[in-house]
Amino acid sequence: MTTHHTDTSAHTAPATPAHHSPTVRGPLPLGADPHTSRRNGRVLVGAGALLAFVSTMLPWTWTAEFPGDLTIALYPAGLQLLTLVAAVLTAALLLASAGVRGLRWLTPGGKHSALLLMALASLAVTWYTAGAIAVELGGLVNLEPGMWIGAAGTLLAVIGALALPADLAPETGDDAREPAPWARLTHALKAPSPGRPAPLPDWAEILVICASCALGLYVFAYGIEADGGPPFIGFLMLSAFAFPALHRTGLPRRLTALTAKHRGVTLAATFAAALLFPITQSNEAYTNIAVSVLIFATVALGLNMVVGLAGILDLGYVAFLGVGAYTAALVSGAETSSLGIHVPFWAAVLIGAAVALVFGLVIGFPSLRLHGDYLAIVTLGFGEIFRISVQNLDGDSGPNITNGPNGIPNIPDLELFGFNLGEPHTLLGFELGRFANYYLLMLLFTAIVVTIFRRSDNSRIGRAWIAIREDETAARAMGVNAFRLKLMAFALGATLAGMAGTVLAHVEFSVNPESYKFVHTAPPNSAFLLIAVILGGMGTVSGPLIGAALLYLIPAKLQFMADYQLLLFGIALVLLMRFRPEGLIADRRKQLEFHETGQLDVPDATAQTTPGLPGIGKTEA
Amino acid sequence: MTTPTTTAADNPAPREAGSAVLDASGVTMRFGGLTAVRDVNLTVRPGEIVGLIGPNGAGKTTFFNCLTGLYIPTEGTVSYKGTVLPHRSHLVTQAGIARTFQNIRLFANMTVLENVLVGRHTRTHEGLFSALVRGPGFRRAERHSEDRAMELLRFTGLADKRDHLARNLPYGEQRKLEIARALASEPGLLLLDEPTAGMTAVETTATRELVLAIREQGTAVLVIEHDMRFIFNLCDRVAVLVQGQKLVEGTPDIVQNDDRVIAAYLGTPFEGEPGEAEAAEVRAAEEAEARAAEEGGIRAAEEGGIRAAEETEAATTSQSAQADQPADAPEGKAD
Repeated sequence: MTTHHTDTSAHTAPATPAHHSPTVRGPLPLGADPHTSRRNGRVLVGAGALLAFVSTMLPWTWTAEFPGDLTIALYPAGLQLLTLVAAVLTAALLLASAGVRGLRWLTPGGKHSALLLMALASLAVTWYTAGAIAVELGGLVNLEPGMWIGAAGTLLAVIGALALPADLAPETGDDAREPAPWARLTHALKAPSPGRPAPLPDWAEILVICASCALGLYVFAYGIEADGGPPFIGFLMLSAFAFPALHRTGLPRRLTALTAKHRGVTLAATFAAALLFPITQSNEAYTNIAVSVLIFATVALGLNMVVGLAGILDLGYVAFLGVGAYTAALVSGAETSSLGIHVPFWAAVLIGAAVALVFGLVIGFPSLRLHGDYLAIVTLGFGEIFRISVQNLDGDSGPNITNGPNGIPNIPDLELFGFNLGEPHTLLGFELGRFANYYLLMLLFTAIVVTIFRRSDNSRIGRAWIAIREDETAARAMGVNAFRLKLMAFALGATLAGMAGTVLAHVEFSVNPESYKFVHTAPPNSAFLLIAVILGGMGTVSGPLIGAALLYLIPAKLQFMADYQLLLFGIALVLLMRFRPEGLIADRRKQLEFHETGQLDVPDATAQTTPGLPGIGKTEA
Repeated sequence: MTTPTTTAADNPAPREAGSAVLDASGVTMRFGGLTAVRDVNLTVRPGEIVGLIGPNGAGKTTFFNCLTGLYIPTEGTVSYKGTVLPHRSHLVTQAGIARTFQNIRLFANMTVLENVLVGRHTRTHEGLFSALVRGPGFRRAERHSEDRAMELLRFTGLADKRDHLARNLPYGEQRKLEIARALASEPGLLLLDEPTAGMTAVETTATRELVLAIREQGTAVLVIEHDMRFIFNLCDRVAVLVQGQKLVEGTPDIVQNDDRVIAAYLGTPFEGEPGEAEAAEVRAAEEAEARAAEEGGIRAAEEGGIRAAEETEAATTSQSAQADQPADAPEGKAD
């Protein structure tokens, strides 16, 4: 592609001495000396990306029976779009890593590692599509030439990317021995962290944040709209490779630094993007999923306050959601409600939150005297006690309050300010259906919980919570009344879950004891809530939101593998704990905990670069 | 290395009794049949630095835990400035006693600044509600806390590490941070549990300067330590705890020449052995200077405390006693 090999990276990333070593070769060199290998590799990646791009313009199969209709020339659709995106991104990363002007900003951190992962992403999506077509339609004969071109192109790109030198110099220094191929491959996937960015004007930074939010909204909307089955799996595969690739480029870390600088703008932009979501949706089914995701995510965020900040492992958290939902159901005028009263929604929310608060205090007061595993078991017990009590308060084995296993059906829709949330409304020319209405209502509650989380985290109380999580004895010796603060966290978490429960009862029309188990195949349940927190990242705001979205979307989209769902989650969690123990989104503290930044080795240099590292210098700049 | 000028000579004389910062009387701690601390009385007066020494397992840390409310003493009371302290450690801290731990107990995954801010917990009162509302009062309190914490970090020399995780600090700085965190609660009495354990000679000197500076600011200090040179150079008074009981208490001079203290650390001589032979041996060894220094070092490593007493003597009598003896071995780990 290019014969000009002056190292331009030195200008943009002074912290990465990697590219200077000419002896670094890729895991699969093509050519005797590194320069030829690099040139050949670039040519191959370029050709491969081009082929993949061209192939998406051709039909991949002959019949529209395969989901997404991949039969039309010059009209990429469904899975072809994913390959198209991957091919374009591969080409962009290739040009950026070759130092083409105007694209260098794409790769402030890793270059070839990101490129390799991106090529792998296109390979995964394309070959998966070929496999899925062959399996669904019965045989390779169903593949059109376009499909073969795509498969060959993506393979070429991967081979080429493997020939490119690694981003980092070999760790062993001048070791004469060549490391094993596997070691070279894992080494090729490592990327340096980006250097300090060139300062942008404020408006540009804010624009970048807004664009990122819009992109996030688009990706989420695409995922939620993708048909279950092959298109969604393809989307997952692309994400699974493309996000790590993106991470290698160092752009997310730059973005984190920007969002840390403009917190208010970030929050507003994210909120606006979430607000715009129902407008992008035409189908009620998707907004239904979205509102469930939102409720689940909000409850997970509440649990994160208990688990992630105060370090109280609560395995019965879903019970508080149930308390809120049942309370709302009882006071909202459902026909089968044993109370038979109908209070306005705001009162129902307050009552639900208050009842959950009382439950939190009643359960927390005795059980928070315990620690660690014992506390976890006791909360698990209380969670089940709630469900079984609700099941038994049916008039036979106890007073009839909850209608027992039948639950309380037919909860009427909400009416707020004269709007009936159960009916579609037209807003600014966009039609908002029932679930879109509830989505917007729930978004308000999510915003409240996010605000509460952020404000309490970054305060005297939040610091005391984290101190208790870290070392309770030391915290008490520093004057922290540990029991009182733990009870506060527990009760606050319960209140927020109860509040979310009041909305849940209305969205789902009915409440039912079976929804509030410890473990169940579908969210929300205590185990899934905890997984969402751990998967997303403990102690963060965005972590549980993303974790909950994934945990809700994946089972909802992949119905056909419902039997293996829990097994797959188990495997995914084990892998995550092995490779990214801090969760998908790293707390700024956890980020430092699990991935040593070499603070011990070069304290002075780190002290200087601290404001540049994302998230660490929180009050600087 | 050793500067004999900073011994007891220029320490201020103990102030008048009666206005004690800490007054522990008859503190007894039993664990089942084991009496870890037996009827210990100890007073610390304002502006004093008091040392607490004793062989391993003498009950020093247990006594500390009784003082700070981590343990509830079986008998006896602890009072701070005339008020009897409750047996809850956060209330003890609130009253004005702060402590460090023998095995460092920082909040490892919080930043240096946050660690110190947690120490400010009892001196600030912004609750959850004010944190959620974020009124001007909250902002002012946060800013004030941060200023105060930064002051302490500068005082301990950690200001440029404010955003590092506590766990990533080198050992010596973790000790300093623990002291800074304890000071953040604005204590009238600071309890230090082996502040120089595992430190190099340079770090130990720095710690001594730090403790003296803390005293200058009006905080009394009670310190447990195994490093005799450190203790005798620093403290106004030293108490010796042996098998849970207070053996001797007095100025460093009195304590380091007390036969019972030496006996507690080294054991009593054999019966019937007049000790002449030993004394002659010691004299002979002192004559061969280089060898003596080396032997002394080895003995010290084996025998603990008395070595330091000898060293102090040697330092004051002969300037030639060179300080390239092995750094203080971290013997007191499992107290």
